Amino acid sequence: MPTTAPTAHALSDVTASDSTLRRFLHGLPGVDAVGLEARAASLGTRSIKTTAKAYAIDLAISMVDLTTLEGADTPGKVRALGAKAVHPDPTDRTTPATAAVCVYPDMVAVAKEAVAGSGVKVASVATAFPAGRAALDVKLADVRDAVAAGADEIDMVIDRGAFLAGKYLKVYDEIVAVKQACGDRARLKVIFETGELSTYDNIRRASWLGMLAGADFIKTSTGKVAVNATPANTLLMLEAVRDFRAQTGVQVGVKPAGGIRTSKDAIKFLVLVNETAGPDWLDNTWFRFGASSLLNDLLMQRQKLATGRYSGPDYVTVD
Amino acid sequence: MASVFEYAPAPESRSVVDIAPSYGLFIDGEFAEAADGKVFKTVSPSTEEVLSEVAQAGEADVDRAVRAARKAFEKWSALPGSERAKYLFRIARIIQERSRELAVLETLDNGKPIKETRDADLPLVAAHFFYYAGWADKLDHAGFGTNPRPLGVAGQVIPWNFPLLMLAWKIAPALATGNTVVLKPAETTPLSALFFADICRQAGLPKGVVNILPGYGDAGAALVAHPDVNKVAFTGSTAVGKEIARTVAGTRKKLTLELGGKGANIVFDDAPIDQAVEGIVTGIFFNQGQVCCAGSRLLVQESIQEELLESLKRRLSTLRLGDPLDKNTDIGAINSAEQLARITALAEQGEAEGAERWSPACELPTSGYWFAPTLFTNVTQAHTIARDEIFGPVLSVLTFRTPDEAVAKANNTQYGLSAGIWTEKGSRILAVANKLRAGVVWSNTFNKFDPTSPFGGYKESGFGREGGRHGLEAYLDV
Repeated sequence: MPTTAPTAHALSDVTASDSTLRRFLHGLPGVDAVGLEARAASLGTRSIKTTAKAYAIDLAISMVDLTTLEGADTPGKVRALGAKAVHPDPTDRTTPATAAVCVYPDMVAVAKEAVAGSGVKVASVATAFPAGRAALDVKLADVRDAVAAGADEIDMVIDRGAFLAGKYLKVYDEIVAVKQACGDRARLKVIFETGELSTYDNIRRASWLGMLAGADFIKTSTGKVAVNATPANTLLMLEAVRDFRAQTGVQVGVKPAGGIRTSKDAIKFLVLVNETAGPDWLDNTWFRFGASSLLNDLLMQRQKLATGRYSGPDYVTVD
Repeated sequence: MASVFEYAPAPESRSVVDIAPSYGLFIDGEFAEAADGKVFKTVSPSTEEVLSEVAQAGEADVDRAVRAARKAFEKWSALPGSERAKYLFRIARIIQERSRELAVLETLDNGKPIKETRDADLPLVAAHFFYYAGWADKLDHAGFGTNPRPLGVAGQVIPWNFPLLMLAWKIAPALATGNTVVLKPAETTPLSALFFADICRQAGLPKGVVNILPGYGDAGAALVAHPDVNKVAFTGSTAVGKEIARTVAGTRKKLTLELGGKGANIVFDDAPIDQAVEGIVTGIFFNQGQVCCAGSRLLVQESIQEELLESLKRRLSTLRLGDPLDKNTDIGAINSAEQLARITALAEQGEAEGAERWSPACELPTSGYWFAPTLFTNVTQAHTIARDEIFGPVLSVLTFRTPDEAVAKANNTQYGLSAGIWTEKGSRILAVANKLRAGVVWSNTFNKFDPTSPFGGYKESGFGREGGRHGLEAYLDV
């Protein structure tokens, strides 16, 4: 599809120094906030019904990173989460498994055991999640621990302070180092904490920065701040992965996280994927939902489609 | 691009609207047959199904309606503004209450997607009545001196592309200022105006204040020429507008004309590309391009032409064309066979003159009037498709190298209704907008309407303004 793709060599040049990187990131097309939000809202009015809805719900379930990121997490809770990821709805074994369970690094081994043999991946938020305010070697140790414990995916947070200070190369180098620590064993999701980046221009720059540094996924947020995934910032990141693949041939995944609670919302995000990046992103290798409460709503909607009745929260497991 | 995620059809229910097998003319608060008994059929452009049979106004009916309006004018213009406002607010609220019904009706009769009638047309229709209702008791403070007087009977002729919205643009300010109205809707889309007649009755509007005369060009001509009409307002083609100007010349009638356009949508190299692509799509494919202010000429800076066109083509491939009542439809039917023929002929001429034609892979329904979204590249100012208004989903792409060249090309047209500027640079927006000879200049957006904002043209796009405080002037003796 791309006809004017700069060579990979040209893109590697942009990371030669802080100033070339800055020039590149600031040379990306701007984002008009009003237009972006209007487009996201208009895609949100797609009416998804019947067979398309059933398909979308199953697809969304298979894209969920079932997450528990609390200080109060116990091995018991993580095992319960793992069991639910493998069989989200015990009353209906045709329900697809979720994509992954997402836990803190110290719970990776427990999670790994809980989902063993199921194909469900274990993701871990390493790199001093959620603030990311630690020395690089601490972050890398965090990552190595998680990978050694069997993590299939690492969700890293970027240093927002450095990014906002314009130290793009520092952020880039950190991502490169973390990617290296992931090695061949884990896919890397880079979390920008879009709510803290504040402007859409920053989100686009962060997306490109992450992809240049080798991210396998770009992810909106930690779920720990006030503003997390929104249709608009996810749309923007989908445009970024679409353009990045057009330029480099490399496909990168997108993961909106935090604040997506209902099936209706999830389906709107799938519409964004379908009509922005395209159907190539419509599976859990390339698109994920970071959401803990979303799954139960998806399951209830699924039950309603199957039975014609809305069963209620006691017909799905609490975790 | 076949998707693994196919949206199931999501048709809006037709049962919310009850279309009678026949309708009369609305004169002096009553539905009546045409004096000579003539009727015509109105069809649904997406299926060619006959929706209803409508009385066809002739000269005698025009005379009857104008007399009714003249009689009503005495009382209506003498009412305090606050009283007229009550009626207008009531009409606005009824429109809101019946908006789903009206949206479905408009989609059936016009062919445009329900998404547009539901989300754009109807909210704007209600907003116009609310807005001008607010002005009715404040005319002394509108900047036209104390106690400005209404003109009398307004003869209004509206087009088929936004039947109910154009009605609102015409009737709301006319009534707010104390005029009475005889309105002729287009022959292909008379139904929503007839439903509006019913709304006037529902609102208890005094008889004769609003009269609706469905009919053809002869009825419009008779209305414009009627000696007892004080004000003529026309929206439609430039050719008819010129004829009207000739008819009205030398009389004491006041005239506003809102005619054709060939809007330039200028994209600079520092534009927000993704949003510009959306704006280009909105600019030319909204209402199948049957919009007088459509951005039908894309002027793109040469340095980003390739990148932009690639994005645009990819985006056009996601447009969904089909049943206008489906809530997921982006592109509906062309309004009439006649209009389809005109679009087809102009597109063929574009090809014959050497422009390069492109359309996304797109299946057209077998019945009804359809035209695939179409893009012409390698277009120059000398091509017919860069000069003539096509009034269809056809975009002509031209390039420029400098801002001066962009302005020169944008202004090099017989029209002057709208233009768009896409750039991240605020100073450039202001500098370029000041040089463009167009009634509306949008920046980093396109086809946005609001009742508070005046709308109208330069050159062959007509004169006078509708909407906003300026819109009052056309209906006041100032």
